[in-house]
Amino acid sequence: MKTFDENSRPLVEVQHLKQYFNINVGAFKTKPLKAVDDVSFSIRRGETLGLVGESGCGKTTVGRSILHLYKPTAGEVIFDGKKISDKAGINELRKKATMVFQDPYSSLDPRMTVSDIIGEPLDIHKMYSGKADREQKILALMDRVGLNSEHASRYAHEFSGGQRQRIGIARALALNPEFIVCDEPVSALDVSIQAQVINMFVELQEQMDLTYLFIAHDILVVRHISDRIAVMYLGKMVELADAAEIYDRPLHPYTKSLMSAVPQPDPKIAKANKRIVLTGDIPSPLNAPSGCPFRTRCPHAAPCCAEGMPEFKEVAPGHFVACHRLNEI
Amino acid sequence: MEPLLKVRDLHTSFFTPAGEVKAVNGVSFNLDRGRVLGIVGESGSGKSVTAYSIMQILASTGKIVSGSIKLDGQELVNAGESVMKTVRGNRISIIFQDPMTSLNPTYTIGHQLMEAIMLHSDRTKAQARERAVEMLRLVNVNEPEKRMKQYPFEFSGGMRQRVMIAMALACEPDILIADEPTTALDVTIQAQILELMRSLQEELGMAIIMITHDLGVVAQMCDEVIVMYAGSICEQGTAEEIFYNPKHEYTKGLMRSIPTADTAGSKLHPITGTPIDLLNMPEGCPFAPRCDAAMKVCIHSRCERMRLNEEHFAACWMNVKEGLEKGELELEEEGGAAE
Repeated sequence: MKTFDENSRPLVEVQHLKQYFNINVGAFKTKPLKAVDDVSFSIRRGETLGLVGESGCGKTTVGRSILHLYKPTAGEVIFDGKKISDKAGINELRKKATMVFQDPYSSLDPRMTVSDIIGEPLDIHKMYSGKADREQKILALMDRVGLNSEHASRYAHEFSGGQRQRIGIARALALNPEFIVCDEPVSALDVSIQAQVINMFVELQEQMDLTYLFIAHDILVVRHISDRIAVMYLGKMVELADAAEIYDRPLHPYTKSLMSAVPQPDPKIAKANKRIVLTGDIPSPLNAPSGCPFRTRCPHAAPCCAEGMPEFKEVAPGHFVACHRLNEI
Repeated sequence: MEPLLKVRDLHTSFFTPAGEVKAVNGVSFNLDRGRVLGIVGESGSGKSVTAYSIMQILASTGKIVSGSIKLDGQELVNAGESVMKTVRGNRISIIFQDPMTSLNPTYTIGHQLMEAIMLHSDRTKAQARERAVEMLRLVNVNEPEKRMKQYPFEFSGGMRQRVMIAMALACEPDILIADEPTTALDVTIQAQILELMRSLQEELGMAIIMITHDLGVVAQMCDEVIVMYAGSICEQGTAEEIFYNPKHEYTKGLMRSIPTADTAGSKLHPITGTPIDLLNMPEGCPFAPRCDAAMKVCIHSRCERMRLNEEHFAACWMNVKEGLEKGELELEEEGGAAE
């Protein structure tokens, strides 16, 4: 079990982050799509924060906004005590914070060799003293993620999915980062390969003192790797707590149904499990319901839920929930 | 009693410029009426190709090389396209992984449902429309009359998969093949679709072949399970036997690889190595190069399928080794380690 110094400043602080995209809804009309709407959380040094939710809930956007791949509409990202505001700050941030992408097929340039892919961040930030140094750094990175150094001059298409994801991870590690946003890094992989990559993330964290934001839709994977888990729904964060706590005792009705919907790999549990099956689909973020975004599918919805977004408040130490009717259900 | 579907020693290959890819390599199984059979395996294990072979909807380079597929005693291999046309849709239906690409974007949902119904039965247009609405209601699509006039883009992923299920079940097939039906869907939508499939199965009594890589889905849905690796069946048995008493090293490895609530904070035990190259199949057990327990015999010869008990088969030399150690088996002559 990891321990954290509660008094030291968190590595990543996100405060009231908003990320809106303007979508064309007519010839001359645009409408804001609120992909992320007023989300606040922090990640302690050395911690893994799992971020779960269904497609379109804004989890990937949160990850990208933290790295300023999008310019946040409002809100602040504070990295290692420094507020990210100007171009120099962003440049500095990108040396210390990197990203691993979901799709190992489209996130690697097919025209580049493995050593050029891994070396590109080094080139951009001029992190080597000479050609030999660059070469040696690349080989060390390949070794670190379990790739054979003989493969340095090969192209991405010559590798299997699991190996490509290793290339993507080596690239993310190139600048010796402190923080990595892992955006669904194992969802495209087969079960046996997935386990190899998950183990590698855990080992790298121990060796390099990394902090992860681990975004995934597979709750069992997130439960395995995370210290804390945050749940998002339609751009809002609805619950955040310790991983075991949120998995065993979810409080928000959405989290409850999400946890009960996880197919358990055990026939007796799976067949006896009382699932809370939600009716209906996720509403479009363009026409999000007023008040609590979940109220259209919530089995406990009441008239009060339409009035205003419920406050994201701490109900037990470290356990945050946003629900109007928490005390009644 | 004759099983509904009897597959024997099925071999399906794809003939590519690089050589023959033996995608399915000697698969045999039975499926009885009203049962749910799960086929699990990783990408390239041959689980989908097995299903496509049953339906005979293989890509043009693919061919059933040998083997037999009997539906109610009727041989389907080499039966000809006219026979297959009466089988597909009427007796065996299939739904695919991606509900986004399985529907034609240029026709209304109603048109596509009615087309399928009229093709497979002699209903008139009005009757087909009635049946289509009835089917949409059966799969819990709200306001089916209105939805009939809409196009696929107006449907969400879960709703499209419901339409696909409605289409597949419209002619009351005996077997529904579901090829990764929920892989593209979110967890809460997946729960809805699985619940729907289970209740329709109880209501209509068809058999289901559920193809998936997700052991959680298998545990929830299936009565019997087949585990495939590199085109062959490694292990076959009831869901309980496979999950609680796995007898093939690959199945054991798979079970150890899945993260669960209990594995948090500890290491997973992945299967080492990379998936097999079907163009370069090893001589012995296809899993031997990745198997931690591999013995000499595994490298040289492939283990035949062995019956371990009434409802459990596995093709792994470890069982022979254990049998010999416990004295349950005896060596007859050279290499003759069989029951």
